[in-house]
Amino acid sequence: MSIIAGLRRYAEVNGDIKTKLLSQNKVTVEDVNGQRYLGCALDSGKTIEIHGTAGNDLACYLNGGKILLYGNGQDAVGNTMGGGQIIIHGHSGDALGYGMRDGEIYIRDNVCCRGGIHMKEFRSMKPVLVIGQNAGSFLGEYMAGGTIILLGLNMKRGEKLFGTHCASGMHGGKIYVRGAFPKENLSPNIKISSLTDEDKKELDKYVKNYCKYFGQDYEAVMSKPFKKLTPVTSRPYANLYTSN
Amino acid sequence: MLKEGQVRIPSGCAIAAIIDRKGGLINGSEIIKSISLMHDRSNGLGGGFAAYGIYPEHKDEYAFHIFFENKEAHQKCEEFLFKHFNIDVAERIPTKKVASISNGPDIWRYFGRVNRVRMKNSRLDEGEYVVQCVTKINAAYDGAYIFSSGKNMGCFKAVGFPEDVGEFYMLDRYDAYLWTAHGRFPTNTPGWWGGAHPFNILDWSIVHNGEISSYDANRRYIEQFGYKCTMQTDTEVITYLFDHLIRHHGLPANVAADVLTAPEWDEIDRMDDEKKEYFTNLRAIYSGALVNGPFSVILGSNKGLLAINDRLKLRSLTAAVKGDRAYFASEESAIRIICPDPDKVWSVSGADPVFVPLEIENKEDE
Repeated sequence: MSIIAGLRRYAEVNGDIKTKLLSQNKVTVEDVNGQRYLGCALDSGKTIEIHGTAGNDLACYLNGGKILLYGNGQDAVGNTMGGGQIIIHGHSGDALGYGMRDGEIYIRDNVCCRGGIHMKEFRSMKPVLVIGQNAGSFLGEYMAGGTIILLGLNMKRGEKLFGTHCASGMHGGKIYVRGAFPKENLSPNIKISSLTDEDKKELDKYVKNYCKYFGQDYEAVMSKPFKKLTPVTSRPYANLYTSN
Repeated sequence: MLKEGQVRIPSGCAIAAIIDRKGGLINGSEIIKSISLMHDRSNGLGGGFAAYGIYPEHKDEYAFHIFFENKEAHQKCEEFLFKHFNIDVAERIPTKKVASISNGPDIWRYFGRVNRVRMKNSRLDEGEYVVQCVTKINAAYDGAYIFSSGKNMGCFKAVGFPEDVGEFYMLDRYDAYLWTAHGRFPTNTPGWWGGAHPFNILDWSIVHNGEISSYDANRRYIEQFGYKCTMQTDTEVITYLFDHLIRHHGLPANVAADVLTAPEWDEIDRMDDEKKEYFTNLRAIYSGALVNGPFSVILGSNKGLLAINDRLKLRSLTAAVKGDRAYFASEESAIRIICPDPDKVWSVSGADPVFVPLEIENKEDE
């Protein structure tokens, strides 16, 4: 039996989800209309399948659980998530993966502004964000660690792979971009390089997952070349106000 | 009462809008449904709506919506209005008792034309004459606030949640070709009836989510031209900026939008020569009208609807189209609840204002 969200308040819907998850490992929520905080801090071994438009802070603080969204996400999907998986069959709003610390997010289509803002990594915790289409401005802003993969599939004529101020203040992690990208939108202090064998292995794994989740042809995706964007320095603003 | 830092309200304002490009009418219940889905973005200290095309039987007259805080203000304001305008209708705006809305002012509306003798003696054109009369009352008549002064349009606002405000004014009895709506979460200024959105002058109305950090620079600029900021909030300045740029300087709406959200200089440096010259000129001529800070703004007018975001894109705004209708809202779900299957959905970017023109000619006097 699935939970019907309809026009109910978010606290009530989240309460129903929590109760169901006490006795089962998977719940389905239907007719979602902007209810916030769905899947907040969901633990490993638990899955929530969502149909509709999920509200802000979907899967925030995700703690190893799995979120399947059939519809679009709004702002701050995966906010400060610490592990687990989010798979979105649609697009996402602003600030996707905000301060993400571990786990994986797969977006079939595009993300709006500030995708992957301040993602970070620590030892074995390495967050990954895979975007099928393109990204708005400020992709990877203040990025401190982790990996963003931007595939540029199904882009319309005249659309760009990412908007202005890409990787502004980035000081860690890496962004893999597929095909042509607008160099003029890239922030200063960002290096463009070819992928090492180790990079290719990493990329391969996540592209395969993307293709599996969204029924894409892996060979076709890999037929275009990838480049790697990394910060030149870990302290891009060291001399912003003083010379030493 | 809990002080700042002791309480956290997970909130930010909400805005929503619908336009039918061909002038088809949309019932007020639709916009209420859209804005009420974002209930949690406001905190009950302000809600409001603007509706265009609602007074066809008075379409050539100014419709003044006025808050009166006491009898004396009412009497003095009426004296002024009757002297400066030929008023046809003076009536209370119909409202309904709603539990959550109380302690409100007396709310009236007046339909009328300008007093032509007075206008000629003042040597002002009609728009300027009306704006100066409205400014005079709002600045000098304590307890009287004209919060709507356009033709064939009206603003409805109050302290309360937007869905309650819609019920209070019984907006399901109005049909409009363009609606905007606002749910307020006041941050720097008090929540009072006049401070609720939309802000209006003539046919322009503004709903806004965010904060204008350039407010004082903008206010100093606009007050040089006779406007007075009287509503104790930052948003009204945007209304006057648009009115000034479009009515006094004759700029098209999209150019006025470029003035308010002009790109940064380093972006201008990278543009081709034609665009570089255009933006350099705008920034040089209108430096005082450049608006800074996190904002998403929707401008309603009898020419169409304009949606803008700040250039750093610090507030969310989603747009959608379906047939002749265009929809805007702070959250996508608030669009989908009234338009489940749009032809196209996208996020309004800071660099690209969206203008949806009304494609019917505004008929002149027949």
